[in-house]
Amino acid sequence: MSESVVVHDGIDESKRRWVAITCGAGAVAGVATAVPFVSTFAPSERAKAAGAAVEVDISDLKMGEKKTVEWRGQPVWIVRRTPEQVAALGKDTAELADPDSKRNPDEQTPPYARNEHRSIKPEVLVVVGICTHLGCSPGDKFSAGAQPSLPADWPGGWLCPCHGSTFDLAGRVFKNKPAPDNLRVPPHVYMSDSKLLIGEDKA
Amino acid sequence: MSEFKVAPANATAGVKLLTWVDNRFPASKLWKEHLSEYYAPKNFNFWYFFGSLALLVLVIQIVTGIFLVMHYKPDAAQAFASVEYIMRDVPWGKLVRYMHSTGASAFFIVVYMHMFRGFLYGSYRKPRELVWIFGCAIFLCLMGEAFMGYLLPWGQMSYWGAQVIVNLFSAIPFVGPDLSLMIRGDYVVSDATLNRFFSFHVIAIPLILLGLVVAHIIALHEVGSNNPDGIEIKDKKDANGIPLDGIPFHPYYSVHDLVGVAGFLILFSAVVFFAPEMGGYFLEYNNFIPADSLKTPPHIAPVWYFTPYYSMLRATTDDMLKVFDVLVIVAAVLALWKGKFGSTAKAVIVVASLIVLTGFGLFKFTGIPALAGCDAKFWGVLVMGGSVVILFFMPWLDQSPVKSIRYRPDWHKAVYGVFVVVFLILGYLGIEPPDPLKTAMAQVGTVLYFGFFLLMPWWSQMGTFKPVPDRVVFHAH
Repeated sequence: MSESVVVHDGIDESKRRWVAITCGAGAVAGVATAVPFVSTFAPSERAKAAGAAVEVDISDLKMGEKKTVEWRGQPVWIVRRTPEQVAALGKDTAELADPDSKRNPDEQTPPYARNEHRSIKPEVLVVVGICTHLGCSPGDKFSAGAQPSLPADWPGGWLCPCHGSTFDLAGRVFKNKPAPDNLRVPPHVYMSDSKLLIGEDKA
Repeated sequence: MSEFKVAPANATAGVKLLTWVDNRFPASKLWKEHLSEYYAPKNFNFWYFFGSLALLVLVIQIVTGIFLVMHYKPDAAQAFASVEYIMRDVPWGKLVRYMHSTGASAFFIVVYMHMFRGFLYGSYRKPRELVWIFGCAIFLCLMGEAFMGYLLPWGQMSYWGAQVIVNLFSAIPFVGPDLSLMIRGDYVVSDATLNRFFSFHVIAIPLILLGLVVAHIIALHEVGSNNPDGIEIKDKKDANGIPLDGIPFHPYYSVHDLVGVAGFLILFSAVVFFAPEMGGYFLEYNNFIPADSLKTPPHIAPVWYFTPYYSMLRATTDDMLKVFDVLVIVAAVLALWKGKFGSTAKAVIVVASLIVLTGFGLFKFTGIPALAGCDAKFWGVLVMGGSVVILFFMPWLDQSPVKSIRYRPDWHKAVYGVFVVVFLILGYLGIEPPDPLKTAMAQVGTVLYFGFFLLMPWWSQMGTFKPVPDRVVFHAH
C-alpha cells in the first residue's frame, strides 16, 4: 500500500480522505441518532387519540347567553344571539378585517358557516374561543356601547385580554388588531333541533 | 505536562498534600490564574458588584431548585397542589420556594444592572466581544429558564403565559404551526408540555447555562476586565509584567465583593421575608388560581422582567407596519443619496428594501397573493425577538472612539438616559391592559428602542470626545 501514498506538504492525502469519509459517516450516524430524540417532541399517540367529538344540548341556552364546552382541550362557545344582534351583523362591516371570512377559509370557516352570521342557524354561533393571535381566550363583552378598552361604537362581541384584539358577535376580527383571522368555527352539525355535535360535520 | 515537583523534606503535611495534588491536577495553577494572580483594574465602582452577584444568585437558584424538586410533582393533575404542599406542609418549604421565586426576579435585576454596566463603560468593545456574546447567550438562556420555570406551578398565569409564548412560534411562516406543536407536544398546553418544560428547567438549560458561565469567565480572564475609564490596564505594566493599575482579584476584590453580597442579601432577605409576592410583580395573583384551559384571566401580563419585550410585541399592529414602511423608505433613500456605495451595493439596497416592504404588506393593495406580505403577528414576534438579539451586535454597533461614557460627549449620557426611560416605560406598559393611548406610547417606545441601536453606528461617533487619560482615575479611600 505504501507505494500509492501521495504526500503534499507533509499531508498524507489517503489518510486525509479516510478522515473525511469517517467524519462524514459519523455525522450521518449522529443525525440518524438525533431523529428519534427529536421525534419524541411530537404529540404522543395518546394525545392524538384524544380529540373525539362532543355532544351538546342547547335546549336550555337562552337568548343572548353563552355556553362553553371543551373540545380537544379548547373552549368552544355556543351563543344564542338575539334577533337584534343578528341584524346588527350586517352593519359596520367596514370596521372588520375580513367580514366575509375569505382568509384561510379551509382552516377557519367550514363551507356551511361562510355567511354573514358565520353559522348554520343565524342565531346560534359556534366558535372556538381561542384568539387567532396568540391563543388566549377572549372575554365576553356582549353589551353594546362605550366601555374600558373598547371603542364608543362597540357593537358587542369579545375582547382578548392579552393583546386587545376585538371580535364581533360572529367571531369576526376588527381591523388593525393583532389577531389576523376570525375566530375558528369548528366542524359541527345539528343532530336534532337542540342537540349539537362539535368536532364532526356529519352525524 | 509540567515538571514533577517534590515538596521539601521539612514541609508541612498541607504543603505535601498540595504538591501531590498539583502534580496530578492544576489546583494551584487555576487558583493563581483566576484569583490570586488575576489582575483586575483597581478603579472598579458600584457597577462592578453585579457580576459576582449574578454568580451568587445562580448558586441560590440551583440550591433552592434542588430542594424544591424533592417535593414538586411535574404532573398537570398534581403540580398546583404540590406547590401548595411545599408552601403549607413541607417544613420551611415556603422559605425555600420564596427564595427561588424571589431569586428569579433578583437574577434579572442583577443581570440588567450588569448589562447596563457594559453599556456605560463599553465593556463589549474589542477585545471583549466574546465575553459580551457569551453574556448575551446567558441572558437568552435565563429568559428560557424563567419562562419554563413559570409554567411549573400550573396556575392561571403559568398556563396562559405558556400558551401565548408557545403560540409566538406559530407565527413563523410555513414551519410555525408544526414548531409550536412540537414544543407543546400536544394540541394545547397540557401535561406533556408541563413535563418537558420541567425537564428543560431542571436539567437541560441549567447545564447549558453553567457551560456558558464558565465560557464567559474564561473569556473574561483571557482578555482581562474593563474598567470605568475604559482603558486597557495591560498597556502599562511594571518590571514583573504586572499591570500598574491592576490588583489581584483575591484578596482585594473577593473581599470587596463581600460588601456587595452583604448589601444584596439585606435587600433579598427583606423581599423573601416581608414581600415575597412583591405586590403581584414577583408572584402574580392569578397564579394562585389553578390552570383552567377554558378561561383566560381578565388581565394577563408576563412577569415584570419580560414586559418591555412584550410591549414591543403588542405595539406591532398593522398601523405600526405603515410606520415601518416609512422608516425603511427613508433609510433606503438616505443610503442611496448619502451613502458611498457602488452600483452593485445600491442595487442590493433597493432589492432588499423592496423585499422588506413587500413583507410589511405595502403592496397588499395590488391584490396579488405573492405580494400580500406577512401578518403583523409575525412581525410582532420578529420585533420581540429582535429586541433581544440586537444586543449581540453591540460590539459592532458602537463606533465611538472611546469606550467609557466618562469620555464621551455629555449628550451621549442624555441618549443613554432616554434609552433607560424608554425601556422602563415599555416595561410599565407591558404590565398594563392594552388601550389605544398606551399602544401608541408603546409604538413610539419601540421606534426609540430600535433607533437607539440601529442608529448607534452614526450617533456614537458624533460630538466632541474628551481626552482619555493614560492611567485609570483612582482616588484612594
